[in-house]
Amino acid sequence: MTPLLQVKSLTKMYGPRIGCKDVNFDLYPGEVMGIVGESGSGKSTLLNAMAGHHPPDRGEVVFDTRADGPRDTLQMSEPERRMLGRTDWAFVHQHARDGLRMSVSAGGNIGERLMAVGGRHYGDIRAQAADWLGRVEISDARIDDRPSAFSGGMQQRLQIARNLVTGPRLVFMDEPTGGLDVSVQARLLDLLRSLVREMGLSAIIVTHDLAVVRLLADRLMVMKDGHVVESGLTDQVLDDPQHAYTQLLVSSVLQV
Amino acid sequence: MIELNNVSKSFTLHNQGSAVIPVMERVNLAVSAGECIGLVGASGAGKSTLMRLIYGNYLAAAGEVKVGGLDVAQAEPRQIIALRRETLGYVSQFLRVVPRVPALDVVAEPLLAVGSPVDAARDKAASLLAELNIPERLWSLSPTTFSGGEQQRVNIARGFAYDYPALLLDEPTASLDAKNRATVLRLIEGAKARGAAIIGIFHDEAARDQVCDSSIDVSAFSPQAAA
Amino acid sequence: MSDYNFAYLDEQTKRMIRRAILKGLAVPGYQVPFASREMPMPYGWGTGGVQVSAATLTPEDTLKVIDQGADDTTNAVSIRKFFERTAGVATTEETTKASVIQTRHRIPEAELTEDQILVYQVPIPEPLRFLEPRETETRKMHSLEEYGLMHVKLYEDISQHGDIATSYAYPVKVEDRYVMDPSPIPKFDNPKLEMAAIQLFGAGREQRIYAVPPYTRVVSLDFEDYPFVASKADHACDLCGSEQSYLDEVILDDAGNRMFVCSDTDFCRSRRAQGHVGRLGENEGEAA
Repeated sequence: MTPLLQVKSLTKMYGPRIGCKDVNFDLYPGEVMGIVGESGSGKSTLLNAMAGHHPPDRGEVVFDTRADGPRDTLQMSEPERRMLGRTDWAFVHQHARDGLRMSVSAGGNIGERLMAVGGRHYGDIRAQAADWLGRVEISDARIDDRPSAFSGGMQQRLQIARNLVTGPRLVFMDEPTGGLDVSVQARLLDLLRSLVREMGLSAIIVTHDLAVVRLLADRLMVMKDGHVVESGLTDQVLDDPQHAYTQLLVSSVLQV
Repeated sequence: MIELNNVSKSFTLHNQGSAVIPVMERVNLAVSAGECIGLVGASGAGKSTLMRLIYGNYLAAAGEVKVGGLDVAQAEPRQIIALRRETLGYVSQFLRVVPRVPALDVVAEPLLAVGSPVDAARDKAASLLAELNIPERLWSLSPTTFSGGEQQRVNIARGFAYDYPALLLDEPTASLDAKNRATVLRLIEGAKARGAAIIGIFHDEAARDQVCDSSIDVSAFSPQAAA
Repeated sequence: MSDYNFAYLDEQTKRMIRRAILKGLAVPGYQVPFASREMPMPYGWGTGGVQVSAATLTPEDTLKVIDQGADDTTNAVSIRKFFERTAGVATTEETTKASVIQTRHRIPEAELTEDQILVYQVPIPEPLRFLEPRETETRKMHSLEEYGLMHVKLYEDISQHGDIATSYAYPVKVEDRYVMDPSPIPKFDNPKLEMAAIQLFGAGREQRIYAVPPYTRVVSLDFEDYPFVASKADHACDLCGSEQSYLDEVILDDAGNRMFVCSDTDFCRSRRAQGHVGRLGENEGEAA
């Protein structure tokens, strides 16, 4: 089976400082990969380099496109990359404000991707937006409200709906539950879990929260100082950590 | 079905002076379809460890851990995930609860994972929960608030929802009353009869004698004293 | 005899503006940056249109200037006098007699010909500006033809007002490529954007020039189930009786009485000269 995403020797330096170095992995359809590490580990750098937000210094990010098979997205032209970002890829930001248009209604936010790929029937667009609001557990009575009137958890769920409406195959998530109240986090994780399963999504989730990866990720990469120090099956890495840093990380988590 | 060849396992605690703790070595074990083997040994001897090695939850230091032909010790994560979905079931001692998921869906999940239609999966889940005497009014609730025994029965129901060709059972009858214990043993015998290869840890000798065809004492795999 | 160079601007400036105009005509609807000069009127008073007219005028041209359809508002009069003084060109109020027409926020009712140039005054040239404030982003959107956001604006209108509420400066797609802001003309005028004359758009403060060559396809954006309608007040002109022209509403007293008159003063005058009379008009066209 062809991997959905192949990351090869991905390296991003900030002058002499290492952002991330020589990262290699393959992601298959339907797999969820967690990337954990503490602040400064390079996990966000890695995510942004993969997603095409910041060009890396070295390496390839090969995505199995629908039309042309495996292609290095770093070599794509900007229009191609931006089109990919609207259709087959999705990016859920840590702060909903970075991933939403705050002055556009919830329906408009969700509909934007549909309109960006050619949707020209108002009724259809609105119906799809309402459907997705339901799927992320936002009352569709709020379809015309602006996200500025939503709570943090609702904004995050709206961001997810906005990203998933075009049925992407790969979702990048940057600390999707960061900054949310614990009960809100639980609800969001639950939603992500069921959407990933229902839609057969592949996802790459960056987080510092081990509970999030345990719940959502099949596989785990642990990063420290820009390097991947350990990777494998999530439950194996968390229950039987081999690397010193992983052992430290796991043992530091407080039990409730 | 399950085959271990020369498997060894140790833990290296890097943050505690790099202490190396050998747990087991020279493990050789084979379980065929329709066979049930019990693991015995003193507490701490490595029974659960062995089970986790087979499941891929622990990484073997050396040797082959073959389940249905796949060497878990060398396999890719996605291969192990596929194995756990379709071939190898594991009923651990404790139910890991995901908040907000109703008990019925917890039990139905392994069937949904292999593509079973939702209604059929829920029906099977319902019949298992009924067999294990979980009252119907609890089926739509998350097991977070259940008693230990109720959680364990949900755990067991989940393990038997899908007909795994291989099953690992860690203390399946612990904290159960006589009636439920009998039900679980019946489920195990049913699995055996349809050809599953089973490894179980039973503290309860009577239970072990009833369902296991043979026993293996894991102390046989203890590391030799340092020379 | 004026101390000014012909049409106020120096020749090098006019060349620069003409280059921008040619670029704009070569790429219909594309906003060409240009080095907008300081003019003797403040920003917001038509400096863009004046610079384009100044670069376009030749001594043989006849100039007409209208402001919301009228030749006789203060601004139209000022600009017309400005060119009379600095260019010495003939001026007129009759649309059919003009070779260059500078307009603020209206297209004349009379159909324009291949011998005419229409110069629009533009406040904000960027149609996406109110949705996406970053110039870096809007430039990318135009260059990559990413116009989904434009439809978001129309979607928002329908969801809030039940219909596309944009009634002026209604966005259009030019030659199936660039989305353009046609300046704050009423949407009633949008169909006229497909015409035989050359159309030039100048934004002085924002420093952009764009253009639509003759017979170019200009389509107003809409949804399949909410198609574009060039609407106007459901009235006839009270002076000349026209039911086809765009109307201004004039409040007559504080009892709420009002009248509707053609916004295009020259159009109304010429209709009355032909003998058409509206509800409140006097017959000016009596046999001479």
